[in-house]
Amino acid sequence: MKILVPVKRVVDYNVKIRLKADGSGVDTANVKMSMNPFDEIAIEEALRLRESGAAKEVIAVSIGPQKAQETLRTALAMGADRAILVKTDIAVEPLTVAKILKHVAEQEKPDIIILGKQAIDDDAAQTGQMLAGLLGWPQGTFASKVVPADGALRITREIDGGLQTLTLKLPAVLTTDLRLNEPRYASLPNIMKAKSKPLAEIDPASLGIDLEPRLKVVKTSEPGARKAGVKVTSVAELVSKLHDAGVI
Amino acid sequence: MRDKPDDPHQPIRDAIRDLCRNFPDEYFRKIDQERGYPEAFVEALTKAGWLAALIPEEFGGSGLGLGEACVIMEEINRCGGNSGACHGQMYNMGTLLRHGSDAQKRLYLPKIASGELRLQSMAVTEPTAGTDTTKIRTSAVRRGDRYVVNGQKVWISRVQHSDLMILLARTTPLAEVARKADGMSIFLVDLREAIGNGLAVRPIANMVNHETNELFFDNLEIPAENLIGEEGKGFRYILDGLNAERALIAAECIGDGRWFIDRAVTYAGERVVFDRPIGQNQGVQFPLAEAHVEIEAADLMRIEAARLFDAGQPCGAQANMAKYLAAKASWEAGNACLQTFGGFGFASEYDVERKFRETRLYQVAPISTNMVLAYVAEHVLGLPRSF
Repeated sequence: MKILVPVKRVVDYNVKIRLKADGSGVDTANVKMSMNPFDEIAIEEALRLRESGAAKEVIAVSIGPQKAQETLRTALAMGADRAILVKTDIAVEPLTVAKILKHVAEQEKPDIIILGKQAIDDDAAQTGQMLAGLLGWPQGTFASKVVPADGALRITREIDGGLQTLTLKLPAVLTTDLRLNEPRYASLPNIMKAKSKPLAEIDPASLGIDLEPRLKVVKTSEPGARKAGVKVTSVAELVSKLHDAGVI
Repeated sequence: MRDKPDDPHQPIRDAIRDLCRNFPDEYFRKIDQERGYPEAFVEALTKAGWLAALIPEEFGGSGLGLGEACVIMEEINRCGGNSGACHGQMYNMGTLLRHGSDAQKRLYLPKIASGELRLQSMAVTEPTAGTDTTKIRTSAVRRGDRYVVNGQKVWISRVQHSDLMILLARTTPLAEVARKADGMSIFLVDLREAIGNGLAVRPIANMVNHETNELFFDNLEIPAENLIGEEGKGFRYILDGLNAERALIAAECIGDGRWFIDRAVTYAGERVVFDRPIGQNQGVQFPLAEAHVEIEAADLMRIEAARLFDAGQPCGAQANMAKYLAAKASWEAGNACLQTFGGFGFASEYDVERKFRETRLYQVAPISTNMVLAYVAEHVLGLPRSF
C-alpha cells in the first residue's frame, strides 16, 4: 500500500507574523518557514501505517517555490521514502492545489492520501475535500483516529456533537485533526539519509492546469488591539456592572 | 533567533530546536532546582542519534565531524538547556576513535551509538596535580592480565550517569621516565563493574547543577585489554582530545551567548519604563550590541578551529583562542542580559540567573582563561614558558 502526503511550506507557527507595508499580505521575507503542523501530523500517521506493516511506501509532495524542497527534506528526514516537488512561484489556491494533486495521484496511484485538515497560513481547509471530489474517492476529514481494516480504513472524526466513526473503502482521502498523533522529531541518522533520498521535480506547465489565482486579496489588516478591561474588587461589584451593561 | 542564510548546518539546528521544544524552560529550571540530572532530555538526544554524531556509520553513528558536533552543543545551550549534562560523549569519542583498537571499537561503539552504553566521563584531574597533569599520582600497575589502579581523582563529571569512563593513570613513575609526559596510559573503565569494587564515588555539591565527583581508587582491577593505544603514551592521546573539547565548549558558550541576547532583546523590546521600551535606551542597547559583536567574532574562531580539526590539521591555537573568546563573550552577554532584566533577572522563573551561573563555569573549566593565555604566549608567540 502506498500513501501520498501533500505538505505545505508555511510561516513557522512560533513566528509572530507581520503584514506587508502595502497590506497585500503577510511578510514572509527573512521569516522562518516550516512544514504546516497539520501536515506533520499527516506524515506521522503515514509513517505509523508503514511501520505497522499496513503500508509499504510514503511519498511526500509539495507545491511551491524551490525553497519548498526544504519542507520535503523535513518530510524525508521524518521518514518519508521519496518526495515530489511541483515547482511554482505562484501562490496557488486550494482548487488548483487539488487539481495538481489529482494529477500526481493519477501518476503515483496511492491507496491513501493524507492531508492536513488545513494550512495555518490561509486556514482554507478545502484542499482535501476538493481532491476527494475530483478523484471521486471517499473522504474522511478531521480524523482523530485511523485504523486500517482489510482494504478499508476505520476512522474516527471529531464533529460538533461528539465523535463519528466511518469506514472508508480504499482508495480514500483523509485529513488530519490536531489530536490524531504527536509527530516525531527527525533523528540525526534520518536527517543524513534524507539528503540522498530521491526528490523529483514536476513542472506544473506540463500538467495543463491554469495556476493563476481566481481570487484577489483586497486588503489584509491586523486585528484591532484589545482594549483594557474593567477591574472589579468583589463579586457584588461584578454583578452590578453586568446589570448596568444589560447582559444579565 | 537570527539565523544565517545558507548555513549548511541549518537542518541540524532546526532538528535540535524541534527536540528542545519538548523540554521547555520549566524542565531545565526544575532539574536545576532539584539538583537533578536531565535524564529524559539526554535519553531523547540519544534516541534521536545526536550523541552518536561522531561515531562512524559502520558502527551505527552518523560519522559527522567536530563542526557538526559543535552545532549540536551550541543549539542545546541556545535553546535554554545545558550541554554540560551530555557533552562528555562528544569529548571522549575522539580518544576512542583515534586510539582505540579495532576490537575495542567493535565492542563499544555500536552500543554507545544505540544508547545502550554511555561514555560520558574522563578522569584526568587530581587534587594535587590540577592542570599540571604530568604530576598525577594515580597509578596503574600491570599484574598478569590486569592493571591494578590506586589513587584519587577530582572534578570528574557525569560518573553517576555514565557506563564507561576514560582514565589517565601513571604506568611508569615520574622519576623513572625520560620525559615527564611519558609513562602515562589511558584505560576504558567499566563503571558498572568498578563502582563498589575498588572505585568509590563521592559527589561534589557545586554552584551550577553539574554532576561532578571525587573518585577514590583502591586496588581497582582493570582487564589489560581495556588499555587504549600503547602503554605510556596516554598523555599525548588525551592532549589530542582536548582541542575537540575546547571547540565544543566554545560552541556551548556561543549558544549561551545567543540565548542571553535573544532573551535580553525580547525583554528590552517589551519592558516599558518611562513610557518607552527600555531597549530604546542606548545604555541598554550598547552592552547587548557589544556582546553580540563578540559572540559573532568568537563563532568565527570556533568554526575555524573545527574546520582545522576535521581536516586533521593542528588546531591547538585556534581551539584555545575560540574557547577564550567564546567564554568571555558568553559571560559578557550574560552580564548584559542580567542587567537588562534588572531585578527580574534574579528571579529563577526568568532562567537568566541559572544560565548566568552555568556559563560562568566556562572561564574556569575545563581549562582556565589564564592557562589559555599561557598557551598562546608560549606556543603561538614563542615567549618563554612561564610555569
